[in-house]
Amino acid sequence: MERVILESFERIKNLKPTLHTLIEELELTRYREKLRIKTNPWKVDPDDEIIFWNNVKSRLLDLENVEKNEKQKIADEILNDIVSRYVYEITGNFKHSHYRLARRIIKFGFARLLNAARIKKFGSFWRGELTLQDQIQIIGETEQLRKLAKIGTVVIVPTHFSNLDSILIGWVIHTLGLPPFIYGAGLNLFNMEIFAYFMNSLGAYKVDRRKKNLIYLESLRTYSSVALRDGCHSLFFPGGTRSRSGKIETRLKLGLLGTAIEAQRINYEKNEGGRHNKIFIVPVVTNYNFVLEAPALIRDYLEQKGQERYYVESDRYDKSARILKFLIEFFTKGNNISVSIGRGLDLFGNYVNDEGMSMDSKGNRINTRDYFLFRGEISANTQREEEYTRMLSEVIVREYHRINRVQSSHLVAFTAFEMIRRKYKNLDLYSVLRLPVDEIEIEYKEFRNQFSKFRNRIIDLFNEGKVDMATHMTEEIDHVIDLGISNVGMYHSRRPLLRNKQGDIITKDMNNLYYYHNRMDGYELEKYF
Amino acid sequence: MNSKSTFDKPVGVIGAGSFGSAIANILAKNTKVLLYARNPKIAKIISKGRKLHDQELHENITPSNDLKYVAENCEVLFPIVPSENFPALIDDLADFLKPYHILIHGTKGLIVINKNWEADENIKIERDDVYTMSRLIRERTLAVRIGCLAGPNLAKELADNHPAATVVASHFNEVISEGQRLLRNDRFQVYGSKDLLGIELTGVLKNIIAIAAGALSGMGYGENARALLISRGLIEMIYLGHMLGANTQAFLGLAGIGDLVATCSSKLSRNFTVGERLGKGEKLTDIVATMEETAEGINTIKIIVRLMKEYPLRAPITESLDKVINGDMTIEQALRFLMKSPFSIDFDFF
Repeated sequence: MERVILESFERIKNLKPTLHTLIEELELTRYREKLRIKTNPWKVDPDDEIIFWNNVKSRLLDLENVEKNEKQKIADEILNDIVSRYVYEITGNFKHSHYRLARRIIKFGFARLLNAARIKKFGSFWRGELTLQDQIQIIGETEQLRKLAKIGTVVIVPTHFSNLDSILIGWVIHTLGLPPFIYGAGLNLFNMEIFAYFMNSLGAYKVDRRKKNLIYLESLRTYSSVALRDGCHSLFFPGGTRSRSGKIETRLKLGLLGTAIEAQRINYEKNEGGRHNKIFIVPVVTNYNFVLEAPALIRDYLEQKGQERYYVESDRYDKSARILKFLIEFFTKGNNISVSIGRGLDLFGNYVNDEGMSMDSKGNRINTRDYFLFRGEISANTQREEEYTRMLSEVIVREYHRINRVQSSHLVAFTAFEMIRRKYKNLDLYSVLRLPVDEIEIEYKEFRNQFSKFRNRIIDLFNEGKVDMATHMTEEIDHVIDLGISNVGMYHSRRPLLRNKQGDIITKDMNNLYYYHNRMDGYELEKYF
Repeated sequence: MNSKSTFDKPVGVIGAGSFGSAIANILAKNTKVLLYARNPKIAKIISKGRKLHDQELHENITPSNDLKYVAENCEVLFPIVPSENFPALIDDLADFLKPYHILIHGTKGLIVINKNWEADENIKIERDDVYTMSRLIRERTLAVRIGCLAGPNLAKELADNHPAATVVASHFNEVISEGQRLLRNDRFQVYGSKDLLGIELTGVLKNIIAIAAGALSGMGYGENARALLISRGLIEMIYLGHMLGANTQAFLGLAGIGDLVATCSSKLSRNFTVGERLGKGEKLTDIVATMEETAEGINTIKIIVRLMKEYPLRAPITESLDKVINGDMTIEQALRFLMKSPFSIDFDFF
């Protein structure tokens, strides 16, 4: 931890080399923190926050009356105090030595809990007759993932649709018998005791998205970078936050991905190479038929659109009891949850083989060290690494779309919403969403016809290797549609899709329908209308 | 600069056409150059007479027809070959390219991949099928640090050491600064741009307008007509650029309007020459048969017109030229059509 503090300190000093700019930064940080405490306090915030920042304030004020040499010293001290505070906050009380044991206990309890939820007889609680494997399918490159975790450092980058993702991925890591992964979880999750309990024991460090000041961000980056260099497998949600729209992420946050590229370069600078220094990226997509938070997420999305700056990060799920209910419903009712593990990549978007070697499209080996060479030597070039990060994020997005497993529930929602939108093509999106639901009715025959066109396209894409598809998708069409309609958002109080007595398609909630429709965004299916 | 041995590495120029040779000569003022010519005969001619396309080659230039040797000995490469030969070159080069290579290409054309579109009129071209050279390099090789050269750079004038400037565009700052370091001299200024696609497209699209300018000249018209064409042509280029995903800015700079003015006014431009001969009533097939080097504009027109079918966009100059080169319209008819086109708005961007 001392290393992280020291390195963060030096980074910030590099970014703010003069006394003047440093003091400016300190004052800005203090001001923003004060504002945050006032306008957006959370339960999880420590009690001494006000005292700490008041202290910073008075020390900054005193600065005006000291000599120049002394000034630099005091400013450095203040910076060091802030960095230390942030770093301790980020790492929390996570201790590696306790990690394994805690994990085992938690896993046991967790699996039992979920079983209990499914089984009526209380006695089964301790027997563990049913396992989560029955409920959750893990598909894709699991073998390779296991191998890569033994060779080098793995960074799992999943899509993010639900608060449950981190627990789901935690479970996957455990089930596959992988070594520990650390991950950054939004501090808001720690507001809820039950989540905090899981997170702390599953190697989560805390990310506070309210703090957007440079000192905090640099501390966070440094922590992630140092951990990767030390060979800690990590988990990033590169979308940064849950997908509000229900779309698969198309734009990723580059900050944490950037630290991976930087860590790789530093590894190469210090060592002559070797695969144990290599960092691998493994994209993962979570597929749900329903996301409990969907109504809140899509509301956020629609509100946010166009006025993002005024949007305050909120935490709607604040009661543990509610979360527990959520957990139980999620794992018991949401049948057909699947987690798709993608092929391993290096940091430059090339696939790696099972031995961890990067390969080009012709099957030649690539020496990834070459990506950092300039005139024959490894050089640190921030702009180059930013560009690499951008390129990597494009590949991850492509991989998400490629391994995304289309389920009938996604496609029925897509078909229905697109048909409604076509019917009211003179209205803008917001007006379509505000249409009275009892006026909307799609004749089943038309729906079936259109669904079939989209499905054919999905099958084509599947055959071209551009998307994955649940096995039920190729079954008899009426059956596939029924399955989709009965599963899509099945436990919302207002269902996105239903069939009426005549068998025609109706909706109870346009926003929800829009949310599930969005999952199929990005495949240009609209062209097949 | 920290290691002397690598600093001494030569720079490779791939393609010994007139523009490639001119760039090699400019580079040779600052560094050693390996000039790759596919045809072994040309390499031999160079080493004997040291003269190519009427250009005296600088003593720092060593000719070669060994692509592997050039790629392995250079970290910076300037591929400058006609777009129609570009895919084949890239496939040959791909085996030798490493992630540390810097490639700055000077080819002002487009290419359609994986579609036999020329044989069949009904084959649709989509935006994704149309490649700029940088995209081709990126997708077919391991090279990532890719840039392009564009600007008013008529090969003959460069060879004669007239003052000029160019733009090096890349997403990577180090590519821009390497390009500047290697190319810059007291007669040659080098500007940088981060807008790789925009700068590539300015160079590509201006060839269309250059053909039209040549046609006006061939028909014997003067400066009013040329000015009309250049200003309308620029707007058409910008619209087409938007269609292809570029922003307006690049078109207003040296590589855009700068290059457009130069190529629309000079008989030294191949595209202008094609247009001029069309204007004098020659047939395209006869013109192409007697030209030493490729005029990229012809191919660009065909690709753009086919692609445009998928967009609600009209580009009257490009479309008329397409009809002329297909023999569906005479050059006089094309001119009459353009003069009648309802251009009521002069400029309507931003």
